[in-house]
Amino acid sequence: MKRVYVNEKWCLGCHLCEYNCAFANSGLKNMAKLKGQKIYPRIRVEGDDKITFAISCRHCEDPICIKSCISGALSKTPDGMVEIDKSRCVGCLTCVLVCPYGAVIQDGDGAVQKCELCLKNSSGAPACVAGCPNNAIVYEER
Amino acid sequence: MAINYVNPEFEVIRNPNRCIVCRVCERQCSNGVHSFDPETGTMMADETKCVDCQRCVALCPTRALKIVKNDCALRENANWQQDTIYEIYKQAGSGGVLLSSMGNPKPLPVYWDKILINASQVTNPPIDPLREPMETKVFLGKKPTMPERNPDGSLKTDLAPQLELSMPVMFSAMSYGSISYNAHESLARAAENLGIYYNTGEGGLHEDFYKYGANTIVQVASGRFGVHEDYLSAGAAIEIKMGQGAKPGIGGHLPGKKIVGDVSRTRMIPEGSDAISPAPHHDIYSIEDLRQLVYSLKEATQYQKPIIVKVAAVHNIAAIASGIARSGADIIAIDGFRGGTGAAPTRIRDNVGIPIELALASVDQRLRDEGIRNNVSLVVGGSIRSASDVVKAVALGADACYVATAALLALGCHLCRTCHTGNCNWGIATQKPELVKRLNPDIGSQRLINLMTAWRHEIMELMGGMGINSIEALRGNRLMLRGVNLNEKELEILGISHAGE
Repeated sequence: MKRVYVNEKWCLGCHLCEYNCAFANSGLKNMAKLKGQKIYPRIRVEGDDKITFAISCRHCEDPICIKSCISGALSKTPDGMVEIDKSRCVGCLTCVLVCPYGAVIQDGDGAVQKCELCLKNSSGAPACVAGCPNNAIVYEER
Repeated sequence: MAINYVNPEFEVIRNPNRCIVCRVCERQCSNGVHSFDPETGTMMADETKCVDCQRCVALCPTRALKIVKNDCALRENANWQQDTIYEIYKQAGSGGVLLSSMGNPKPLPVYWDKILINASQVTNPPIDPLREPMETKVFLGKKPTMPERNPDGSLKTDLAPQLELSMPVMFSAMSYGSISYNAHESLARAAENLGIYYNTGEGGLHEDFYKYGANTIVQVASGRFGVHEDYLSAGAAIEIKMGQGAKPGIGGHLPGKKIVGDVSRTRMIPEGSDAISPAPHHDIYSIEDLRQLVYSLKEATQYQKPIIVKVAAVHNIAAIASGIARSGADIIAIDGFRGGTGAAPTRIRDNVGIPIELALASVDQRLRDEGIRNNVSLVVGGSIRSASDVVKAVALGADACYVATAALLALGCHLCRTCHTGNCNWGIATQKPELVKRLNPDIGSQRLINLMTAWRHEIMELMGGMGINSIEALRGNRLMLRGVNLNEKELEILGISHAGE
């Protein structure tokens, strides 16, 4: 299955991926409409002055978040993507607690959200990858 | 000095309706123009630091930014123009020589733009390069003037060493130090993929790039930085740099702060020491001296590699080239006055040297007149901007062209002309690791390959239009060129007729 991978050697720490992610999942027509909004990107740039890298859901082979979900909101698609059914999320945040990558996060409304590879929004393919200025984020089979 | 006499050259215009305060501009500006003001929650700009490199503009996800020329202007004066006045203010403030980067930006004549190319109509058929074979391959090096035979009558085939190019374009010399590791890697990988050559410049060859040796021209300049036996053997050809179009008559100076880590090791000089290339080669004061260096280098590489001598286009270029053609050199590279540089004194860059078009035409003619044109191949550089410039250069007599500025543009350079600050926001003319990483060679090399592939297609289209199916048949074919807006003398030097003739 194709996954989003990050090559920290080329990550510039510009944080564009966070905004591309937030925009892709916002349903807005123009990114400028994000003005004044707090964004909840599903990919986050971490690091320090020396090194930066973007982290999003790894879509683990054996996802501990799914095992920990008390309401059955998290599940795996036949392809192997870890997806979330927000309508079933009760906001207990156990998945946030157990995810070793810190890739499951709460959205503005209380439910959790995570990277679903932009397969459920109008981008069709990960917007973070498409918008990365230095090919530091790639979407590929490994 | 309390009063700053020089107004900011540019203005940063931010559309407040579009800015989402993502702070990408702030993170990407190595000059520190943009900043976030937590009190108002908005972005601020300090225009005094802006060099108009357009990095923030290109990366702003909402297109909220534009950089415009500051219209706060001094009173108009055709003689004392604002730039001239500001240069005086700067010098009165600093007491220093003005420094500039990249090529001469002054509105001096660009002869390429006054030369037009022929096409076939009715009586001589054009050729469609998509349907018929079209040869863009060229060989650089000494050619035999006439066929020679062995005592048994068989043809002598032991030619002098040649460089084989898939198209008549090479990447010209830019040293590791003046440009970044990633820029060099992009050029090297592109040259290998395209079947052409790139040039190390005078900074030596990084050990990681020896594997691209078959597509590398190694340079020996007046400072002899990074020159050793393995280096000479690593390249496909050796270039002796006598001069550079952007700064004829002077040497080079890479400041000690850029001589760090690998740059220091590659140049074989201590970290932090200034790399000063003398204006002359201290062992070359005549053509005979040059001949000694040419043959020393041939000797050192078992006569396996062609030797290029690179000179700046200056007033007596035809006589100089004639001397070089007799020095044993295989290739002469001539760099015109619009050629780029990582740093040059402004007055030299803008006022010294001559246009490459005139230099090329007079050199080619002189070498033909003297019957020594086949002794050498001619490579010209100094602002070759497009495939049509290449075609015009070949028709004027060049065997190939050197391009550097165009290559840097492909890598993302926006010609802000502040390479000498070492703060290149595009990761090209810098040694700062956080800036160098902005140029991913995967992207860079592909963009170079794309550019050259496009040029090659255009060269074939232009040749086909003329009914010519091989670069060899175009070389020196000045009947294919016509001048517009040129006087008799210019036409005479270029060796072309006026349009309509």
